[in-house]
Amino acid sequence: MNPGDQLRFNWQVFRGQWTRTLMLVVAVAIGVAAVILLTSLGEGARRYISAEFASLGNRLLIVFPGRNETTGGAPPVYGVAPRDLTLEDARALARVPAVRDMAPIIAGTTVVSRQRLSREVLTIGTTPGFFSVRRIDVGRGRILPEASHQEALAVCILGAHLKKELFGSERAVGEWVRVGERRVRVVGVLRDEGESLGMDMNDMVIIPVRTAEQLFDSPKLFRVLLELQEGADTETVTERLRAVVRERHEGEDDVTIVSQDSLLAAFDNILTTVTLAISAIAAISLLVAGILIMNISLISVSQRRREIGLLKAVGASRRQVRQLFLGEAFLLVALGSVLGIAVAVAGVVLMRELWPAFPLMPPWWAAPAAVITAVLSGLVFSWLPASRAARLDPVLALRGNIP
Amino acid sequence: MIELAAVNKTYRMGGQPLHALRDINLNIGAGEYLSVMGPSGSGKSTLLNMIGLLDRPDSGSYRLNGTATEALAEEKRAAMRRDNIGFIFQSFQLVNRLTAFENVELPMVLAGQKRGVRRQAVNEVLDILGIADRRHHRPGQMSGGQLQRVAIARAIVMKPRVLLADEPTGNLDQASGEEVIKALEDLNREGITLLVVTHDLALGRRARRRIRMVDGAISGDDRNESGRSTAL
Repeated sequence: MNPGDQLRFNWQVFRGQWTRTLMLVVAVAIGVAAVILLTSLGEGARRYISAEFASLGNRLLIVFPGRNETTGGAPPVYGVAPRDLTLEDARALARVPAVRDMAPIIAGTTVVSRQRLSREVLTIGTTPGFFSVRRIDVGRGRILPEASHQEALAVCILGAHLKKELFGSERAVGEWVRVGERRVRVVGVLRDEGESLGMDMNDMVIIPVRTAEQLFDSPKLFRVLLELQEGADTETVTERLRAVVRERHEGEDDVTIVSQDSLLAAFDNILTTVTLAISAIAAISLLVAGILIMNISLISVSQRRREIGLLKAVGASRRQVRQLFLGEAFLLVALGSVLGIAVAVAGVVLMRELWPAFPLMPPWWAAPAAVITAVLSGLVFSWLPASRAARLDPVLALRGNIP
Repeated sequence: MIELAAVNKTYRMGGQPLHALRDINLNIGAGEYLSVMGPSGSGKSTLLNMIGLLDRPDSGSYRLNGTATEALAEEKRAAMRRDNIGFIFQSFQLVNRLTAFENVELPMVLAGQKRGVRRQAVNEVLDILGIADRRHHRPGQMSGGQLQRVAIARAIVMKPRVLLADEPTGNLDQASGEEVIKALEDLNREGITLLVVTHDLALGRRARRRIRMVDGAISGDDRNESGRSTAL
């Protein structure tokens, strides 16, 4: 039988039972569209995070207090270290030649208030280096003064949203607010930047690192950000930094140093795994479509017993009968795949319109993987009905008897 | 051309063995016109299916055109059936979603023949059977006599040597039945071997050779009447 003739034969079957056909095509289409859309979400998240990291520049090292003993694990967010990482340590690290800029960070939560308004916000104690390392800037006023390294100055910089909440449209620079128990003068307001790496820059207050030491009554640094010079080798610098820490911490380099690259690679890994996992979940809908095809094909085989018997009587072999039924399943899956891809593309375009910030994008493998899974599922699950049709005894089938 | 020797076939019906064919010895020459008669369950249809390669004997041999068929693989048997044998059924067995033309075309499509060849052959047989004007009708739009003629057209479109008809007039009124039989006999006169299984005595008597079956065995084999064959 020629492929063209088989296609026509299958098509004539579909035309005769278009509700059944439509139902199966839609089932396959839903599965294919689900796989493509869900993988697009995963891939979009991966791209979003990559872009966030890229905005930091690629020469960033982050030093955490505490040694991460298990290799390959996530860096400790709040390390339990026998020796604290202090501002003095940070300044020693900054003297390593390849380090261009350094920002120590003390982080905590305080209540910021002005007159009767108060907000509990993230409070960052740092130095002017923070602004260059994190690539942020003030929209009004100025950044922290150089003296932040030595003195507990009574100044602060407000996030854009926090400023709006405390001052409304009034001028904030030059005014006084309370950060915890201290009265400080507002010297600048951050530009409205939105979120960066999960830190809401709009809802925080930045104060000099010395001021934060007093406020939280502890010299412990939360972490130290280091920006390296162009062309510096991350490995060598990391070794040097460890040597500096050993010198200052009685021979122990009890810090964890994470480069931005390794952090990005870790995120990338996690998100790729997540994408694969959700696409596997979506693939279950293709499995369901396959089972639906199987059931409906089984019904169709028993409804078409006479026709199958006749085909055999006029010379169709078992192989041809099986091929006819498998061809039917294949055609259904092909139609469903085309429809599913169309729906997925439309969905991606629509979602990009609605959320332009989120780089929704199906990975290159999504459509082929969805289609291959659909085809395999269709063929595997129609194998049983097709074989049953092929094995049918033509004599009994023509009599219309069910053995 | 058809040689059955000591053919036996037993079916299991609810645990009870049913001896459908007992030691059948039957030789049919090219161009013969046979009827097979007998009560229900006497094995007529089984014999027909055996000759039509739809069934395999449990023992004995069946040679078609000199080829031993028992040992052939399913694919080979299907091809042999397609090229040598045409079936006609009591209930026509047309595919309802296909037009008369497409129904007749079916064996040629399964054989993988080219479109142009098919078109010519199908139109030719539709003409022979006088239903060329119905070629684009579906089975639902035709009368019983027309349906059976479409079925005959389908049976002969591959130019088979043997035509096997199982109660070809069973579902037809007398006039249509007469037309269908005439059409079959015309084909026999052209040289095709015709085997008709029937309950209908009048129909059975028309054949030049008449086989009676009882309980799976051949109980009578007369050649007579039209004269020519009896003498042989």
